[in-house]
Amino acid sequence: MSEVGKTPTPAGRAGTKKELPEHFKAYKHVWVFIEQERGQVHPVSWELMGAGRKLADKLKVDLAAVVIGPNAEVTTQTAAESFRYGADLAYVVADDILSDYRNESYTKALTDVVNTYKPEILLLGATTLGRDLAGSVATTLLTGLTADCTELDVDTDGSLAATRPTFGGSLLCTIYTLNYRPQMATVRPRVMSMPEPVERPVGRIVFHPLGLVEDDIVTKVLSFMPDRDSAKSNLAYADVVVAGGLGLGSPENFQLVRQLAAVLGADYGCSRPLVQKGWAPADRQIGQTGKTIRPKLYIAAGISGAIQHRVGVEGADMIVAINTDKNAPIFDFAHVGIVTDAIRLLPALTEAFRARLSPHSRDRMAS
Amino acid sequence: MIHERFDAIVVGAGMAGNAAALTLAKRGLKVIQLERGEYSGSKNVQGAILYADMLEKLIPDFREDAPLERHLVEQRFWMMDDRSHTGLHYRSDDFNEERPNRYTIIRAQFDKWFSSKVREAGAVVLCETTVTELAQDAYGRVIGVKTDRYGGEIHADVVVLAEGVNGLLGSRAGLRTTPPADKVALAVKEMHFLPRETIEARFNLSGDEGTVIEAVGTISRGMTGMGFIYANKECVSLGIGCLVSDFQKSGETPYGLLEAFKRHPSVAPLIAGAEVKEYSAHLIPEGGYKAIPQLYGEGWVVVGDAAALNNAIHREGSNLAMTSGRIAAEAIFQIKSRRDPMTAENLALYKKMLDDSFVIKDLKKYKDMPQLLHIQSQNFFLTYPQLVSKAMQNFVRVDGTPKVEKERTTLRSFVKARSWTGLFGDAFRLARAWR
Amino acid sequence: MHIIVCIKQVPDSAQIRVHPVTNTIMRQGVPTIINPYDLFALEAALALRDKLGGEVTVLTMGPPSAEDSLRKALTFGADRAVLLTDRFFAGADTLATTYALATAIRKINDVYGAADIVFTGKQTIDGDTAQVGPGIAKRLGLLQLTYVSKVGSLDLTARTIDVERRSEGGVQVLRTRLPCLVTMLEASNEIRRGTMADALRAARAEVVKWSAQDAGVEDISKCGLRGSPTIVKRVFAPPARAERASMVEFGQEPPADALIKAIFARQPKLEADLAELARGY
Ligand SMILES: Cc1cc2nc3c(=O)[nH]c(=O)nc-3n(C[C@H](O)[C@H](O)[C@H](O)COP(=O)(O)OP(=O)(O)OC[C@H]3O[C@@H](n4cnc5c(N)ncnc54)[C@H](O)[C@@H]3O)c2cc1C
Ligand SMILES: Cc1cc2nc3c(=O)[nH]c(=O)nc-3n(C[C@H](O)[C@H](O)[C@H](O)COP(=O)(O)OP(=O)(O)OC[C@H]3O[C@@H](n4cnc5c(N)ncnc54)[C@H](O)[C@@H]3O)c2cc1C
Ligand SMILES: Nc1ncnc2c1ncn2[C@@H]1O[C@H](COP(=O)(O)O)[C@@H](O)[C@H]1O
Repeated sequence: MSEVGKTPTPAGRAGTKKELPEHFKAYKHVWVFIEQERGQVHPVSWELMGAGRKLADKLKVDLAAVVIGPNAEVTTQTAAESFRYGADLAYVVADDILSDYRNESYTKALTDVVNTYKPEILLLGATTLGRDLAGSVATTLLTGLTADCTELDVDTDGSLAATRPTFGGSLLCTIYTLNYRPQMATVRPRVMSMPEPVERPVGRIVFHPLGLVEDDIVTKVLSFMPDRDSAKSNLAYADVVVAGGLGLGSPENFQLVRQLAAVLGADYGCSRPLVQKGWAPADRQIGQTGKTIRPKLYIAAGISGAIQHRVGVEGADMIVAINTDKNAPIFDFAHVGIVTDAIRLLPALTEAFRARLSPHSRDRMAS
Repeated sequence: MIHERFDAIVVGAGMAGNAAALTLAKRGLKVIQLERGEYSGSKNVQGAILYADMLEKLIPDFREDAPLERHLVEQRFWMMDDRSHTGLHYRSDDFNEERPNRYTIIRAQFDKWFSSKVREAGAVVLCETTVTELAQDAYGRVIGVKTDRYGGEIHADVVVLAEGVNGLLGSRAGLRTTPPADKVALAVKEMHFLPRETIEARFNLSGDEGTVIEAVGTISRGMTGMGFIYANKECVSLGIGCLVSDFQKSGETPYGLLEAFKRHPSVAPLIAGAEVKEYSAHLIPEGGYKAIPQLYGEGWVVVGDAAALNNAIHREGSNLAMTSGRIAAEAIFQIKSRRDPMTAENLALYKKMLDDSFVIKDLKKYKDMPQLLHIQSQNFFLTYPQLVSKAMQNFVRVDGTPKVEKERTTLRSFVKARSWTGLFGDAFRLARAWR
Repeated sequence: MHIIVCIKQVPDSAQIRVHPVTNTIMRQGVPTIINPYDLFALEAALALRDKLGGEVTVLTMGPPSAEDSLRKALTFGADRAVLLTDRFFAGADTLATTYALATAIRKINDVYGAADIVFTGKQTIDGDTAQVGPGIAKRLGLLQLTYVSKVGSLDLTARTIDVERRSEGGVQVLRTRLPCLVTMLEASNEIRRGTMADALRAARAEVVKWSAQDAGVEDISKCGLRGSPTIVKRVFAPPARAERASMVEFGQEPPADALIKAIFARQPKLEADLAELARGY
């Protein structure tokens, strides 16, 4: 994106008019890069298929999935799966060199398919993999890339209108890549809703060769250390999330959040200051620079509701806020609010939920 | 320890420290200035009033690039009770002069600019460096400073203490005593951001014109104190301060006062819809002339707030700080040019020059004021504002009561509240303290 | 060894305000800081230099006032600072930024010795794209290691470097060849406090200032606004939600019960879902 800091209102400026060069006119269709690491498809890819489908329908073009991975069944299976999420066709680069994600090989694979089959829009998940890859691919193709979009739409002239937060989330801006192709964008997990898969026949799969041998690649993967399950936070995909903020006052009180989460079978999270203070690990942070969540129920205790926090939780079906300050900004976007001391309310709430939800487990200890 | 030797070390990069360091560097002395904040002014977030005259003496063409907010064309004094204010309003187009006399500034920006001038003049400016202790020799003479940086002891001929009101270094080294609670005020302040046009409409200003409101009355709940509102370009600085000892006695909280001040029906519309940023609290030395500590010693001088040089009546601090910093530097330069050592005896020159300046003369003039206001605080800050409000309302409201009767009611309420002798006594005392 | 660290001066976004009416940024009084993520990169570079010898050059592209950030980096212990500043660079998006920075890095290589590693932060807090690092790498043909949480062994004779890289679901241990570009993950280290000697040196140091021409930019149309394929068409405040939260009033009733009632009253289906989840635990 352009540094909006300099000129946020470029109306009338040269270059803002659409004058697509002739050689870009052949670029058609919407593509989604399907991120598959160690045999697992990242859910953000299916979320993007949902968003990509809408764009393709508006443009009346095809939606294609791009799958890059080892020359093995998982890769073709993933390609087949993409049709259930709305793909009209799939491009596959399968080679054992691609078993592990490496920037060199993946950049080559994706750039080649783009140059050969020429999409007008290319979407990737804003994960560590997606961001690593998108930056390299966009620079290689010398095209624009809009990072971390929260909304994607097609303008009346057929351009991609990519909206993203700017200035630390206090504002939103809509960015266009008018005269370059493809128009690239990344979207963070859970920003788009997950589409329901539908049973559909597997469509056309186009295989494309990688054209590299292992010796061409300098970077080697020495080992992979998977995160321990216990340490893993599944916040982004949790159905219920309980989170605490600075209002809790101490790391001990943060335990109250974890106890309530345990009783609800929920995941727990926090606002950024708690991570900065070391009360909670970084992967528990919710918000613009943390995780985006979309639970059925989100309970926020002692969180003021700064805009950076808000953008991470707005997708929740129901937001419940506990805060001593009746003017806290969180009450502007929560659905249900209660003005009271969270440190006193949380234990009571834990007990009350325990009693209400599973009357037989009264004597079980929380956490 | 740093082996390089300096002519002077300046501790602090506020108004006083910057004035001192700038003057010393301009005179060709080898100066190092140490500031604990991230940059000069980083701890001084508030908006304030700048008096042009004192800055002109340091940087004659400051108007060219200093970050000034608005030049003041108007001053309002308010006497407030809980629902009203009685105002005196002075505005003159004379203030729209080529070289205006007073400006509002935002200290964070202003100090940063000031500091860049100090740097340009050739001083070495180190920020994020806290002076932890004065380095003294076996005879107790100050020979330099110790800092919180690794290898951070520095030596110099003289140390200029410009560390602000807390003056920890001076106190720790036994050079001064910590000012008592009845000699310092605690002021809390907020910046309320609003669009420029809104500010101009609400305060009746155009272009870069500015205004200041100073308010006394029931807003300080009977304590010695004052509220203030400054219009900046895109924000309104607003705050209230009272003596620390009064806070201790009354149990009121500064923030509570500020909240009430903001809710006051005369104030609320001025800041409605604003976004609040930067809440800050700061002490102001208010002891006046009688609270000025020893100003110099063996190898050291003290300037600005650290020396309690603050005129509480006129809300002047930064100009006294700038002037004392400049004068100390001039004195040091004179001693240095004579190749004399920085002994207490020689540094007495600073005191002498300061005594001859407006700084000490002004403070002397009001030497009894702080005490008077303090002892009489119930009357000056509660009773009179309420009486005045009553009188004004009585005067303005048209309700069929004969005017003569109205006047009589007013007078009666004054006398009832304060008695004849009390009223005359107050007037007399006030006049004497002012003189 | 020569290491280049790219840092950016950014507005402290916690303090940014939006004009309530026109939705433009109110810049007044917003302090600038070194992009916090870049400090992790700087510390990683300084630690390597301390261990293996050599020099650290910090580079930034920005307005003249960005000199403050560079000087600060010198205070932490960097050896040299280069400020790339020119009105032609204004309005650059990430593609144009990487063009300018890559050009300046080539020039630094020529003048001060070829860099073995270029460090950047993971991302900035204003642009927030995490693209500039990968973009520079691509333009310079450097091998790219993003989201590095730990720089492991570095073999200057074999010219290899091992790092731990955060990836989805785990940590990759990668080995690659120098020269390379590393983007550092947050919380991977803690920036040092420079010594008094560093601070003194920094206060007196000359920051090298290059215009586009000085840096050897050949095609000015690839810089700044003109060189940016993306265009910001609209800036606006997040839309407010129509209604505020419905507030739970509790009189005699315990607040916890009142709250639970309010939640389930609003979404009756939730109770069954929760019961199921709770059983699962
Ligand atoms: C670039 C950038 C990115 C950021 N990214 C994120 C992000 O991803 N996620 C994030 O969360 N923040 C983020 N922030 C920080 C954000 O701006 C806020 O500072 C932060 O969210 C505030 O956290 P908080 O609500 O816990 O603390 P505070 O704002 O201090 O709020 C504490 C709240 O607790 C209430 N309270 C106090 N005591 C009690 C009590 N006993 N019971 C109940 N309530 C009580 C108070 O009334 C207050 O509302 C970011 C900031 C920047 C600049
Ligand atoms: C709310 C409020 C409103 C005011 N309004 C006005 C006004 O409108 N007009 C006016 O003229 N005056 C005003 N004043 C007074 C004015 O701000 C002060 O008198 C003036 O700032 C004093 O300057 P100084 O340099 O002595 O101290 P300061 O400005 O306080 O500077 C001291 C500096 O020293 C640094 N420091 C302290 N200790 C150390 C250490 N150990 N090592 C390194 N650095 C250190 C501090 O970080 C600070 O930067 C106001 C004061 C307050 C509190
Ligand atoms: N103008 C700039 N000057 C120097 N380095 C920059 C600049 N912009 C970005 N960077 C570097 O690139 C990283 C990623 O930036 P971004 O892609 O904007 O999130 C930052 O952490 C910096 O290290």
